[in-house]
Amino acid sequence: MEKLVTLIPLFPLAGFLFITFLGKGLSKNFIGGIGSGAIFLSFLVSVLVFTTQMHGAHPTVVKAFDWITAGSFDIDISFLVDPLSAIYLLFITGVGFLIHLYSIGYMHEDEGFNRFIAYLNLFVFFMLILILGDSYLTMFVGWEGVGVCSFMLIGFWYKDMKNNDAAKKAFIVNRIGDLGLILGMCLLFAYSGTLRFDELFISGRAIAGLPNDVATTIGILLFIGAMGKSAQIPLHTWLPDAMAGPTPVSALIHAATMVTAGIYMVARSSNLYAMTESASELIMWAGILTSLMGATIALTQNDIKKVLAYSTVSQLGLMFVALGMGAYSTAVFHVITHAFFKALLFLGSGSVIHGMGGEQDIRRMGGLKKHMPTTHLTFLIGTIAIAGIFPFAGFFSKDQIIAVAFEENKLMFVLGLVVSACTAFYMFRLYFLTFTGKFRGTHEQEHHLHESPAVMTMPLVILAVLSVVGGFIGLPHAVGESMHMHWHWLDHYLDGTVVMPGLHMDLNTELMLMGLATLIAVGGIYFAWTKYVKRGELALEDKDIRSASHKLLLNKYWFDELYDAIIRKPVDGISKAFGSVVEPKIIDGLVEGTGEATGATGGKLRLLQSGSLFFYILLFIVGLIALLLYI
Amino acid sequence: MELYHNITINHYLVLAAVLFGMGALGILFRRNAIIMFMCIELMLNAVNISLVAFSKMWNHTDAQVFVFFIMVVAAAEVAVGLAILMMLYRNMHTTDTSVLNKLKF
Repeated sequence: MEKLVTLIPLFPLAGFLFITFLGKGLSKNFIGGIGSGAIFLSFLVSVLVFTTQMHGAHPTVVKAFDWITAGSFDIDISFLVDPLSAIYLLFITGVGFLIHLYSIGYMHEDEGFNRFIAYLNLFVFFMLILILGDSYLTMFVGWEGVGVCSFMLIGFWYKDMKNNDAAKKAFIVNRIGDLGLILGMCLLFAYSGTLRFDELFISGRAIAGLPNDVATTIGILLFIGAMGKSAQIPLHTWLPDAMAGPTPVSALIHAATMVTAGIYMVARSSNLYAMTESASELIMWAGILTSLMGATIALTQNDIKKVLAYSTVSQLGLMFVALGMGAYSTAVFHVITHAFFKALLFLGSGSVIHGMGGEQDIRRMGGLKKHMPTTHLTFLIGTIAIAGIFPFAGFFSKDQIIAVAFEENKLMFVLGLVVSACTAFYMFRLYFLTFTGKFRGTHEQEHHLHESPAVMTMPLVILAVLSVVGGFIGLPHAVGESMHMHWHWLDHYLDGTVVMPGLHMDLNTELMLMGLATLIAVGGIYFAWTKYVKRGELALEDKDIRSASHKLLLNKYWFDELYDAIIRKPVDGISKAFGSVVEPKIIDGLVEGTGEATGATGGKLRLLQSGSLFFYILLFIVGLIALLLYI
Repeated sequence: MELYHNITINHYLVLAAVLFGMGALGILFRRNAIIMFMCIELMLNAVNISLVAFSKMWNHTDAQVFVFFIMVVAAAEVAVGLAILMMLYRNMHTTDTSVLNKLKF
């Protein structure tokens, strides 16, 4: 049964190879079918694997093949099947399949269609390796693989230099994080002698012997890796720029799956982080700062995808807050619901962009409700879900994070509510400006407006349903009790795989918190409604923006400019100094000097070759006598 | 017979040194390639004399083996060297080495 798990990454790989090498000249629908079909097969196997895990099968390691064998040292590629990887498999292949399907419609007119589907398949392959890997090393293979795919897909439209720059930025910023991850792995191996999850955390518990300061250092280094991948301060700047890629890429890689790899890694290492208070604290603070920053920037952005990108940064921050407080299963819960509604929102925005003929500025939209009914409805569901209104998916997962914060750290609780109010406001600002009011674009665009084809709206509908019911996997106690359903199902499911906090709330507190969270969200929505619907305000044009705080947010706290000033400019300066002084003077001087010295010496020495045999033999004999006397 | 007993190792060595010196000076000061060639042979044989003398003195045959080697090498050298001289004369119409300096710097 468990042997089947090796098939899961195999299907997307086969799809990638087929499309790359045999796909030339085949029809786009056929290629799309191959690509989506491969993921769908993986999804079916994932469902099987998940069902066995749900019914309490033991975690198993399935060996795929030997990778490196040298004497007593050997590394094999093995897959770890346990509840955590099983549930990740399920939503990655599920959401991945829907996004593949959507891409068939979205990318249909693109000349690079085959390449696009092939890259997406390759991405899913690496993502599955990342999730299934039974050691940090195998996980790292997938980790780097998804990075490469992300790079290729952000710069997919490579004819525009702007996209290439965004791709390079994503790749380079991720390298900084990866350095931390590599150092963390080396340190872990040096102290515990293994990188395998089961030996570290389950059977041997090699982790238990680590000194506290070493555990903290490892925790921080691994978290630096997570910072890069999951876009946390200070390595978050690549994610908003990554929106240069096609919208399905933003949905799949930069919202639902790859960016949550950091959360997966920390949750996987929960035994390690449970040992170290200070590393967890660092995660919590990085998370909440990122979350606040993302939420506030999203308030002012006017590009439909940029709003969603900063929203993603902000939600990822919330997940890290949960991780930092030790609520690992809660973070995973939010990862799953977030994958549903954020993929939905991105795909919805893609549908809007598709209908608008490439326009992304919400100041040029408005009133799309009547032109795109399905997109509108599903987008609204996604918006409500992320804003956190009962009983949509986002409500339960966000509420659980806020409930944990209430117990663990009151400051996080308050800041979490601020984020949640901002989220409700900016999402409904986006919704109102896009779908209600009058159309503000050109006549041409209005004429062109149309609902997207069924292959694009179908995934929207499915994701919308999931965004409604997805939260039921983690119902709070109070709700679950009254509805006669499992409460905290996900927590029970993940118990034993990740470390569980010992939280026990009484029902009244739980209800009070839920009420408060709803109130805050409704407040945010109401504020957006009065501003943009009742008073009919529009987002300001860039030149009309006067207030300093608005400018600060519109310019994303000047992070890029700051990095430019403190990193790029000095590096440029040093390079210039080296280029104008060290290279021509010192290095060229050395190299050319050696050559000239050899030439000059040769020029003098060749005069000895006079052609006089007498002279040669005289030298020879004198030399010989001198040698003999010397000895 | 009395005369032989007065001949010591030094006599042989002086003879060898004189022959060697003649050869070396000949090489140095003569220009004719054939003469120079003969001078080389002279030097080689001077070495042979001293080797045989040492061999007799120590009652040991190792040095005589060297002598045979030197004679073989000298024979080979003559074969090659005379062939070169033949070709040289055929092409240049001279065996004067002071003329043959085309390869100097």
